[in-house]
Amino acid sequence: MDALIAPLLNGSAQGALLLLAALGLSLTFGQMGVINMAHGEFLMIGAFTAYLVQQVIASSDLSIPVALPVALVVAGLFGLLLEVTVIQWMYRRPLDTLLVTVGVSLILRQAALQIFPSQGVPVEKPGWLDGQLNILGYEWPLRQLFSILLAAVCVAALAAWLKYTSFGRRIRATVHNRDLAETSGISTRTVDRLTFFAGSGLAGVAGVAASLIGGTNSQMGVQYIIAAFLVVAAGGIGQLKGTIIAAWAVGVTLSYFAYWTTGSLAQVLAFILVIVFLQLRPQGLVTVRTRSLV
Amino acid sequence: MTKSKPWISLSGIGLFAVLLLAVAPLVLTDHWLNNLGKYCCWAIAAVGIGLAWGRGGMLVMGQGVFFALGAYSMAMHLTLETAGDRIPGFMVLYDPLAPLPVFWEPFRSTGFTLLAIVLLPVLLASSLGYALFKRRVKGAYFAILTQALAVALATLISSTIRETGGDTGLSDFKYFFGFVLNDPANKRMVYLIAAALLIVCLFAVWQLYRSRFGELLVATRDAEERVRFLGYDPANVKLVAFVVSALMASIGGAMFVPIVGIITPAEIGAAASILMIAGVAFGGRASLFGPALGAIAVGWGQSSLGSTWPDGWTYILGLLFIVVILFLPNGLSSLPARFTAARRSPDRQPAPAIVAAELEEARP
Amino acid sequence: MTDASLVVTDLHVEFSGFVAVGGVSFDAHPGEVRFLIGPNGAGKTTCIDAITGLTRATGSARLGGKELLGRPVHKIVRLGVGRTFQTASVFDELTVLQNLDIAAGRHRRSASLLRARRGTDGSIEQALEETGLAGEFATPSGILSHGQKQWLEIAMLLVQDAKVLLLDEPVAGMSQDERTATGELLQRIAAKRIVLVVEHDMDFMRRFATRVTVLHQGRVLSQGAVAEVQADPKVQEVYLGTAGAATTAAMSVVPEAAAGTHQRKED
Ligand SMILES: Nc1ncnc2c1ncn2[C@@H]1O[C@H](COP(=O)(O)OP(=O)(O)O)[C@@H](O)[C@H]1O
Ligand SMILES: [Mg+2]
Repeated sequence: MDALIAPLLNGSAQGALLLLAALGLSLTFGQMGVINMAHGEFLMIGAFTAYLVQQVIASSDLSIPVALPVALVVAGLFGLLLEVTVIQWMYRRPLDTLLVTVGVSLILRQAALQIFPSQGVPVEKPGWLDGQLNILGYEWPLRQLFSILLAAVCVAALAAWLKYTSFGRRIRATVHNRDLAETSGISTRTVDRLTFFAGSGLAGVAGVAASLIGGTNSQMGVQYIIAAFLVVAAGGIGQLKGTIIAAWAVGVTLSYFAYWTTGSLAQVLAFILVIVFLQLRPQGLVTVRTRSLV
Repeated sequence: MTKSKPWISLSGIGLFAVLLLAVAPLVLTDHWLNNLGKYCCWAIAAVGIGLAWGRGGMLVMGQGVFFALGAYSMAMHLTLETAGDRIPGFMVLYDPLAPLPVFWEPFRSTGFTLLAIVLLPVLLASSLGYALFKRRVKGAYFAILTQALAVALATLISSTIRETGGDTGLSDFKYFFGFVLNDPANKRMVYLIAAALLIVCLFAVWQLYRSRFGELLVATRDAEERVRFLGYDPANVKLVAFVVSALMASIGGAMFVPIVGIITPAEIGAAASILMIAGVAFGGRASLFGPALGAIAVGWGQSSLGSTWPDGWTYILGLLFIVVILFLPNGLSSLPARFTAARRSPDRQPAPAIVAAELEEARP
Repeated sequence: MTDASLVVTDLHVEFSGFVAVGGVSFDAHPGEVRFLIGPNGAGKTTCIDAITGLTRATGSARLGGKELLGRPVHKIVRLGVGRTFQTASVFDELTVLQNLDIAAGRHRRSASLLRARRGTDGSIEQALEETGLAGEFATPSGILSHGQKQWLEIAMLLVQDAKVLLLDEPVAGMSQDERTATGELLQRIAAKRIVLVVEHDMDFMRRFATRVTVLHQGRVLSQGAVAEVQADPKVQEVYLGTAGAATTAAMSVVPEAAAGTHQRKED
């Protein structure tokens, strides 16, 4: 029974982390067309923020709930800075944003390596996450459930924000038709910045969750960025529902593969699976067909 | 345009050949000649990236994979050659009775190894490219997928210590197809082979760029859908460029092994693949000489600064990406054209990318 | 009706429920300059998209008896169907000659692609003469004037040796003289090929059309010779809201600047 249940539950938690990492990406890539390879490092920033908050608030019971909004703001500000200094000049060259942000991610990673101990820092798990939940005989760590709940909250908040707030409406209008939005008085500059802030902030939140599950070190962003991007792509651009399903599917699949084979073989298998998926459902990954040619 | 003056680019390649094959061996110490050989291997891969990315618009972020195919094919052969009839040392380390893994066996043969260096990348790139291009996967998706493959392969190698040497990689090669690698004269020969292969690759892309295929490739890069309406299948055009670039990466990888003497997953993973891109971006992605020169420059930075001042080097590399892509998307090679364009008519826009690149080709 | 005709029957295109083209039928033959007109959004471009495989459609579009619908774009082109686009799309970074050379390429063997170009094909020189671009062969096509780009596109279709030329607003943005030159060019071309022109400009249509199909909201409103169509009260109503004869001014509508309306996310 464990063999079936354990990968399912672990995979779901892993999928939730992926979803958290992918949410921000899907916002910046899906809505703005920017491929931010430093997104993983924003996640790392979130995790280090959790550590720093713990240095101030010793009680981990309290520090993690505090760290969540703080990480959102800190990572968001980094994102904003990136948008203002670099990205805003590159909206017409989406593929090049990928390379520029590769440079940014190298620098952030190196900075983290020099500021913090190279082996990483410990983030204390709050006491209320210590227990296990017995699911059909499998002792499921509560912190995994926490990731899932956190992802659910973030998805709901993002969806509500996009749907009901005026900023959200402006974002959707800008995505739909940038020129029209501009002529109808929406400052697309402000919208771009806000979108980038929110997307990067979500990475920060994801980082706090990641710090509770894995290690917090300068390399942690690398693990997430590619998987998160594949999730966004497979889910379909700008499709919140698709992203959720894709994240869960990738998380669970990886988890089963890893259970049956080894973690590294699982990665290769997952890659092959994505290619096969492309053959079956290219819509998930293909540019929307339009009539304009260039 | 290059059309009218093919001899200018050709003499550029000639000059390059003289510098690498005649001057360098005379003026450089053995140590630096060996280093230059290493940069040449990266440059060979870079020339292929220039073809796929600069001219074809396919951002290949996982060339490490093809580099690995060549490198590990060569390394397995050299390991077996060194071990002779015995099982390679690192395998016995974990299990004294370990049999040789099945996939190692054919690499005893010189012919098979050389064939593998050529055929493995061609097979992988054509099946991967076919699957992706026919489905119109492009842009960032293509880039990320290739990078994902590099990550996956590096992880796979890291975790299979018994079969591939894992993170410590394969090293301690004594012979190179019968030649003793310790002998400086043989080292020199290996360098000369790598440099000559670089010249051959430059010559090959020079011919590709001036051919009708080269024009078609640029057309496909700039307006893929439009090419379709001229009766071509852009997937095939891109496939050819991608496969050739994969082959070049594999050749670079194969020569890397006898020159450097070790191959590890770190040399082929995501970071290594990005390093290969860095040189191409720096030198000028769409130009003939830019990728090779850029790769040599970045290679030099990597092995000198990278070892004496590793922290600083990472920052430099990061800044290099940001500054070059932001301000000089066509790399250093577009500088002369920009400069002359600005001088001729100060208020006119800089020449478009390819024109700039071709202008650069005209003055190597 | 000859074997070489383009016959479209009951063409139907839907965009997630919205019927852009709802059962359009027409035919076009070599020797006539065939016009497809209609107000903005009538579905003219969509008809061409469907015939050339860019947009999925039901119904039938046959060229010389061969069904075009359902084939991939490049295969349809290889059957001899060529088109231009509402926004001129040529390879800006390549010269006029290089553009034409690529267009001529589909008749070449793949191996010859690996050689550099030596000299110019006869068909290319002919097309350059025909379209008046002979003096511009070495110009990067990105810096051509708007009208010249349209001509280059037509020249590309000529060297491609397309049997059917589907031209989407070929005179949009051209001066009066350029329009006349284009019209005459089309008449010459039409002698041996099928020429189907999508236009807004009634004046241009009146001067050069042999037969006309008027589309309105995805359906054929009227069909026939220029005079017949012009006399059709339904057509006058659509174009003017009232019956009236002096159409020219109202009809030289601004070309639809299609750029920017359908923005692509990723490239
Ligand atoms: N890709 C598309 N998605 C949704 N609607 C479309 C698409 N292409 C065209 N349409 C709609 O189909 C109708 C016909 O468009 P079109 O063929 O461009 O008209 P015309 O060329 O006659 O001006 C228009 O209402 C247009 O908005
Ligand atoms: Mg139209």
